[in-house]
Amino acid sequence: MPILYTSQDQIEVYRFNIPTAIFLPLAALFLQAFVPLRFPGFAMLDLPLLVVIFFGVARRSQVAGLLTGAVIGLLQDSLTHQPIGLYGIAKTVVGYGASSLGVKIDVENIGARFLGSASFYLVHQFIYFVVARGMVQLRLQWSWPHELLAAVINAFVAVFLFAALDRLKQRT
Amino acid sequence: MDNILTRHRNVSILVAVLFAQILGLAVQVKRAGASGEGQDTRLIRVWTVRAVTPFEKSLVWMQSSASGLWHNYFYLRGVRAENRDLKQQIEQMRIEQVRLSEDAEQARRLQLLLDFREKFISKTVAAQVVGTSGSEQSRSVYIDKGRADGVKPDQAVITANGIVGKVLHVYDDHTANVLLVNDQTSGVGVILEKSRLQGILRGTANGELAVEKIMSDETVQPGERVLTSGGDQIFPKGLEVGTVSKVAPGKDSFLDIRLRPAANLSRLEEILVVTKVEDRSPSPSEVAGPVRAVDVLTRRLPSVPDKPPATAKQGAATSGSTTLKPGAPGQSAAVGLKPSTSTGATGTAATTSGAQKQGTGPQLSGETGSSKPVTGSVASTGTTPKASNPLSTNSPQATSGQKQNKDAPPVQTPAAARGTSTQNRPKPTEVKEVPVQAPPNPGAALNTSPNARVPSTSGVKAVSQSGVEVPATVKPAVVQKPATPAAKPPDQSAKPAATQAKPANKAPAEGNPQ
Repeated sequence: MPILYTSQDQIEVYRFNIPTAIFLPLAALFLQAFVPLRFPGFAMLDLPLLVVIFFGVARRSQVAGLLTGAVIGLLQDSLTHQPIGLYGIAKTVVGYGASSLGVKIDVENIGARFLGSASFYLVHQFIYFVVARGMVQLRLQWSWPHELLAAVINAFVAVFLFAALDRLKQRT
Repeated sequence: MDNILTRHRNVSILVAVLFAQILGLAVQVKRAGASGEGQDTRLIRVWTVRAVTPFEKSLVWMQSSASGLWHNYFYLRGVRAENRDLKQQIEQMRIEQVRLSEDAEQARRLQLLLDFREKFISKTVAAQVVGTSGSEQSRSVYIDKGRADGVKPDQAVITANGIVGKVLHVYDDHTANVLLVNDQTSGVGVILEKSRLQGILRGTANGELAVEKIMSDETVQPGERVLTSGGDQIFPKGLEVGTVSKVAPGKDSFLDIRLRPAANLSRLEEILVVTKVEDRSPSPSEVAGPVRAVDVLTRRLPSVPDKPPATAKQGAATSGSTTLKPGAPGQSAAVGLKPSTSTGATGTAATTSGAQKQGTGPQLSGETGSSKPVTGSVASTGTTPKASNPLSTNSPQATSGQKQNKDAPPVQTPAAARGTSTQNRPKPTEVKEVPVQAPPNPGAALNTSPNARVPSTSGVKAVSQSGVEVPATVKPAVVQKPATPAAKPPDQSAKPAATQAKPANKAPAEGNPQ
């Protein structure tokens, strides 16, 4: 199955109804904040990031993608004790990148979803790390094993999550 | 321009959104001042100042250069004479400086002696953890207590096992954010229990605890306990932090010390917010060490009040005996036994104290570790032939006293009068080694944690009848059950009682043994 689109392929653009667009990010934020209380390992996941990627590649609109990333990132920032904007900046870039990528590749493909999610996770973490260290001067340490493991786990979850969320998509 | 923006519309919007967020971030972020003395400045100010000041500085530099050229190279009249005067002044000031530095050093020492105070936890609020930040980069949790409960920023948060973090934000009456100690932005002053080395506790990227600023030439062993040093002004001194799990050479001549946290930071459910700490000057006898029953006893003995009515009552049972007060000068601490009237249900602290008083004699005589210590009953002490000499009182004598008690009819003691049945008492020979446990309320529980420091037994001295202080060999933490001794009358066939025990009219310990 080809992953890249050719000029003859028709790119499908999806949209979501308003409750989905509002409550899905909120649910992701809630789960991200609450579940680690019982299962500490859950903090490795970044559900809001996966939602940003999902919306970005489904809508295939760069503006919508970056705005979605910015809003979800800023909300996620507000839950932390760090300055607001760290996650916002990282997720804005990811939202923009995901929607840009959605135009070029077949995001329905499982392999593409896995690789795309893992890559975006690493990009997200790298931007966060650069801004947090360079601008806010947080004492963060970059750990390749940890980040790679987290990227794989997030990508693995993304494959199943996206398959479940596909049912919420509406054709334009 | 419009054409470019239109052509690259999406990229322009991306740049605009990112710029807005960076600007917003710059408004929030504060950069420490050059002096590093808390003069934090918003990053946007730093950026603006850095953009503007180079021009101002260059103008000022040109002006000062021109002025300096004139004053330093051309206008030098009278400089030689002025230089001579200044040298004389320097000599005088050096002499003055030596004198002042001596005075200052003396003043510093005296001030340390006078103002040496420690902080002790006096009030805590129990809270439930309701959420996390959901980020590995921000290790913080939300609790269900807030302003209405007296929670304020920078208050210490602990559990019964050890420290957890500090209150970062109080959002409303019932919500607050707690920064965990394993967050990378956290910092706690800690001290290693054995080596007494002080360092800074920080979180690592993967949520571990690390102690920094300990030189690599120091010796730190895995397994050593780490306590709070109190230097951060947030955590009271002596709270448990964790144990050293790994020691390795670190960067810049410092050790890389990793800790195993005492509190389970990844599964927090209930925590305690320290809402009030109080200053207390430690008594000279207080030294570091875990709370032990005998330690509490040694501090309590001198302040045990006389109970004339009870004395009279007991005096009838022990006619001809000599009334001795525990810890009184010239008397033996061993023979002045005062059975506690507190029941086991009145609290552990009370139980412990009462039990200790019973066991004073044997403990101080170093025989408490034997299987059958003195139970504190009148007969057991009063019929002991060698009771007048505490250092010679030993376990067999106590045992003989107990044997006599078995034959003696029970006498209703204050404890018994309050409904404590002597039948419910455990066997007096039951010896249990326990630490002083926490009182019912959680705040007091912390007072008995490492923070609750009591004097070491090495400093305990018994006073013999001759008035000579004798170093006591104290057996630690030996507590007899029950805490409600029902004194029995002496066996009439026994030898004349040498001492008279006085039952306490009330529970000796109410709350914290401190």
